[in-house]
Amino acid sequence: MSAPVTPDPWTALRRHTPARIALGRTGSSLPTSEVLGFALAHVQARDAVHAPFAAEATAAAIEALGPQTVIVDSAAPDRATYLRRPDLGRTLSDAGRAAVVARTRGACDLAIVIADGLSSTAVHAHAAPLVEALLPAVEEAGWRLAPVVVARQARVALGDVVGELLGARLVILLVGERPGLSSPDSLGAYITFAPKVGRSDAERNCVSNIRAEGLSYPAAAFKLAWHAREALRLGLTGVALKDESDTAARLEPMNRAVGLSPS
Amino acid sequence: MAIGPADRFPAGLIGATFAVMAYRATLGSTSWTFETLADLMAKASPPRSGDALAGIAATSAQHSIAAKTALAELPLKTFLTQALVPYETDEVTRLILDGHDAAAFAPIASLTVGEFRDWLLSELATPAALARLAPGVTPEMAAAVSKLMRNQDLILAASKCKVTTRFRNTIGLPGTMAVRLQPNHPTDDPAGITASILDGLLYGCGDAVIGINPASDSLNVLGDLTRLMDDLIRRFEIPTQSCVLTHVTTAIQLIERGAPVDLVFQSIAGTQAANASFGMTLDLLREGLDAGRSLGRGTVGDNVMYFETGQGSALSAGAHHGVDQQTLEARAYGVARAFEPLLVNSVVGFIGPEYLYDGKQIIRAGLEDHFCGKLLGAPLGVDVCYTNHAEADQDDMDSLLTLLATAGVTFVMGVPGADDVMLNYQSTSFHDALYVRELLGLKRAPEFEAWLERARIVGADGRLAPRAAGHPLLTAGAGG
Repeated sequence: MSAPVTPDPWTALRRHTPARIALGRTGSSLPTSEVLGFALAHVQARDAVHAPFAAEATAAAIEALGPQTVIVDSAAPDRATYLRRPDLGRTLSDAGRAAVVARTRGACDLAIVIADGLSSTAVHAHAAPLVEALLPAVEEAGWRLAPVVVARQARVALGDVVGELLGARLVILLVGERPGLSSPDSLGAYITFAPKVGRSDAERNCVSNIRAEGLSYPAAAFKLAWHAREALRLGLTGVALKDESDTAARLEPMNRAVGLSPS
Repeated sequence: MAIGPADRFPAGLIGATFAVMAYRATLGSTSWTFETLADLMAKASPPRSGDALAGIAATSAQHSIAAKTALAELPLKTFLTQALVPYETDEVTRLILDGHDAAAFAPIASLTVGEFRDWLLSELATPAALARLAPGVTPEMAAAVSKLMRNQDLILAASKCKVTTRFRNTIGLPGTMAVRLQPNHPTDDPAGITASILDGLLYGCGDAVIGINPASDSLNVLGDLTRLMDDLIRRFEIPTQSCVLTHVTTAIQLIERGAPVDLVFQSIAGTQAANASFGMTLDLLREGLDAGRSLGRGTVGDNVMYFETGQGSALSAGAHHGVDQQTLEARAYGVARAFEPLLVNSVVGFIGPEYLYDGKQIIRAGLEDHFCGKLLGAPLGVDVCYTNHAEADQDDMDSLLTLLATAGVTFVMGVPGADDVMLNYQSTSFHDALYVRELLGLKRAPEFEAWLERARIVGADGRLAPRAAGHPLLTAGAGG
């Protein structure tokens, strides 16, 4: 007896999309292989949300690149609370606040915060390599960099609290994005000028989808440096800062190819 | 057990001050007091994380039963004199109260909320009686009675509410369930979107609408996507409609530029302030409705609006006025029905676990939303879905899909393999639609089903026909 699975004669269309098309069927239902494949992808996405955040290892990887680090907790004591109480993930714990205050040394230009967000998998994979790709631009610009803050159970707006305490002109917050079934390890980066408690999302710029199948580290670092320069030049971030880094990004490799690299 | 509200009437009618109101219930030796009608409604709501986040949830299961007990004794007409969100400052409240049909309300005007539940489940509540009643029910009444109903009550009562709408086909007929074909792509790639549309059509999906959530907000891209779907629908003479799910003002701009827009989309919520956070007013919806109808593109009807809603959207916008999220969701359907939509979709598990924590909460909310929408006369579909940070999985979605299909849900989503690769969440698949059709014998919109048969995609029994590699959809498609 042959297997009752009916294949779809349009598998060639798959080259156009990452969507799950032409899966075939048995009767009205999915073939066993597809049911198992989906279940595996879901478990991987769930693991990305729930895997414990290796904050110490992340901090060590950053220190190996040069910057000092501080590890802090948000006011959310555990993952279950974090998922139910977004307000707590935007607030520092008392100990975290004290730790940041203790490391404050007058004004600085840039604060970098690394937040686990909804995918510690993404942070483990991409945070340190992205910082490494970004540091040359920080040095080149001569920006005074605050200690890098590694934050557990943290959401995007925690960067406002940290940036304000550190007296930073600009904060870049790297965060594990909400994992999709086909993208469990996507990192996002939010840039906020003059961080302070109460900033709205309309006052930030975002560079998202930083992962192997998405935006590469050099491309993401280029966009971040572009936004940081423009933010400090114009004195703002958010909807008023239109992303024109694509134009700059197209020009730079061309310049480099003809020996006109700005660096 | 002594029960009953301390005061059945607005205090202003019998006392000196309008603001002093309280509702009480005594269970055993414990007395519970609920200071306001909003407080009573919130405490009577089945548990959900969003109400806890807002700080308005019941503090214990007994607390909630006490609230339900007091709510059951409340006269329905209380909701006509006491607004949960102020009439003076909220245009949604004004829409609801100014548009209330007292004649339609008459059959239930003397009932309490608890008696209304009994009425809905009785032989008196026939489909015809429910259709006549709809304009006399306010969203707050629907929400209140839903809080006293078990899941089976929500299913049975909703199954008796028939709502039929038309554009190029007929949605909502008894014994049918439609599917929105959702062919999203991370970068709006036309070939990728076309591939998913073809996959969906060949699985017999797309009668509710072919609806794209675009990644871009560029007018050029949105216009291209609109034309892409229009070309496909015209070339193959498919009796369905298309929609690019973009802001109503953008749809109006597209129409002004001559784009072939079928349905005008908008996300809506249950308070004026939450709608403002969407950049939306009732006047704008009226403009969108007029613009959509001005094109006259419907062939069998002119229901041109497509709305999406979801519990928690008002709290998310800081615009909930201390009212529980399920009641505000019902108010969004009060907005929807005023604009005679083709489709209204509750994206129930999409908004996240801070509003609906797990499969149990998502299932409950999906059944509440569907019941409230149908009772109010809105063509309610449900995006049976979850995100990866919610405590839910495919088994929960199977449960909710099956329950909603038995309740007569107007439409559900059809996403390739249930995995939306643009919005990063899981919904229902083309296969899921086939599953409920096979299980419950549900047909598609009749015009669409007839087209599928003519196109030899399904047989006379509505089941998928044997696959042919040379199907015209494939040979003429996206360079497959």
